[in-house]
Amino acid sequence: MPAKVWTIFRKDLLIELRTKDSLNAMIFFGIVVLVIFNFALEAIRESIRAAVPGVLWVSFAFSGTLGLNRMFAAEKENSCLQGLLMVPVDRGIIYLGKMIAACVFMLLTEAVIFVFSLIFFNLTVWREIPYVVLVCLVGTLGFTAVGALLSAIAANTKMREVLLPLILFPVVLPILVNAVEATAIILNTVDYRQLKLPLTIMTVFTIVFATLAYLLFEYVLED
Amino acid sequence: MIEVQGVAKYFGRFSALRDLSVTVREGEFVSLFGRNGAGKTTLLRILAGLTRPSSGDVRIHLSGPRSPQEARGGMGYLSHNTALYGDLTAVENLRFYANLFDLALDEAELDKRIQLVGLAGREKEPVRNYSRGMQQRLAIARAFLHDPSILLLDEPFTGLDQTGTEFLKDYLSRAHGRGKTCVMAIHDAVLGYELADRILVIESGGVAMDVARRSVSLAEFQQRYRALVKERSDAG
Repeated sequence: MPAKVWTIFRKDLLIELRTKDSLNAMIFFGIVVLVIFNFALEAIRESIRAAVPGVLWVSFAFSGTLGLNRMFAAEKENSCLQGLLMVPVDRGIIYLGKMIAACVFMLLTEAVIFVFSLIFFNLTVWREIPYVVLVCLVGTLGFTAVGALLSAIAANTKMREVLLPLILFPVVLPILVNAVEATAIILNTVDYRQLKLPLTIMTVFTIVFATLAYLLFEYVLED
Repeated sequence: MIEVQGVAKYFGRFSALRDLSVTVREGEFVSLFGRNGAGKTTLLRILAGLTRPSSGDVRIHLSGPRSPQEARGGMGYLSHNTALYGDLTAVENLRFYANLFDLALDEAELDKRIQLVGLAGREKEPVRNYSRGMQQRLAIARAFLHDPSILLLDEPFTGLDQTGTEFLKDYLSRAHGRGKTCVMAIHDAVLGYELADRILVIESGGVAMDVARRSVSLAEFQQRYRALVKERSDAG
């Protein structure tokens, strides 16, 4: 099973590294969001650390949605999805491969956006970085666990670009709210024990939705 | 063996297949004819497990009944859609599918498969640069990479030039000779007739004609098929 997941992930990675279709768009869009907020929040420059968690996760979520929208585009071209569905593997494996690929692309994008946010908002966060990485990892896993499934559903519709954000954001709201809260704890307090609750909620959410999506993926892909 | 019992498929109010029953024996080559929208592709997609029937039962026997997942390992599906990734090379495409089918094919073996379909020297080129016919040739190598027992073919000759058509025809004849079960949807009456053991005409989601090739000449089949299509067109 891990070998098959790796095969699907490696294929998506290879195509992305060759074309950079998703990554370029995701990074560009994420940075544009930061630039807009940088100007919009000029008036509260003194207390900017309080606003940064929300700004960061809005930027992550918007650029992530862009990536998720592209996720099944390559599979639709030449009906590659049909070829994938004919292989004798549990279709949940396809979900896991795509989900991990989406997660890695999103984490790469988040890393670039985060570095830019340090510059734009003039932040110093050396000590906080391991915790930020942890929150980003758990939050992104949760976001893509839902996103990969909903992206497959949206890909079968005519209005996929519009439909995905409409169905994705209400479902991932618990992840986004807790990710913002956890990032705020990291950037604005010294008591990291408070991270336990948002991290637990995000982890449980991720496990539940990833399991559901793994089991439901077969039905999503068939006509 | 393939057993289809009372299969119906609805897309909203539109009924693509209606109570269709057919049995394809092991090693049999069945050509499916029918007008556009008659239900040929839907039937093939149901057999391939790509579409779930609204009602009815489909059983695939590959040395005994198998689960849908196991059955997929014994089937090859080739249509006019190539299922190839344009940004990957021919070798990368085949390696991807070989890994998913658990086939231990090294670089030399993959090159050989590509050469067999007449694409020698283009192995390292992105598939996007291939012509439609070349992509279809590579799709043949992809679909039959795992040497399946059942070949499901949906207009497989689309986009192929004369050489490609001869190649695929020869490939299918040899596969049939080796005991492979083939079900092929096709519009070309001559090609479909020449390759088949049995001819099925699907009309309005049901079997309208089911004849053994030996029992009819090509001219007779064409005449009966034309008459049937005209009758259905007039009725519809």
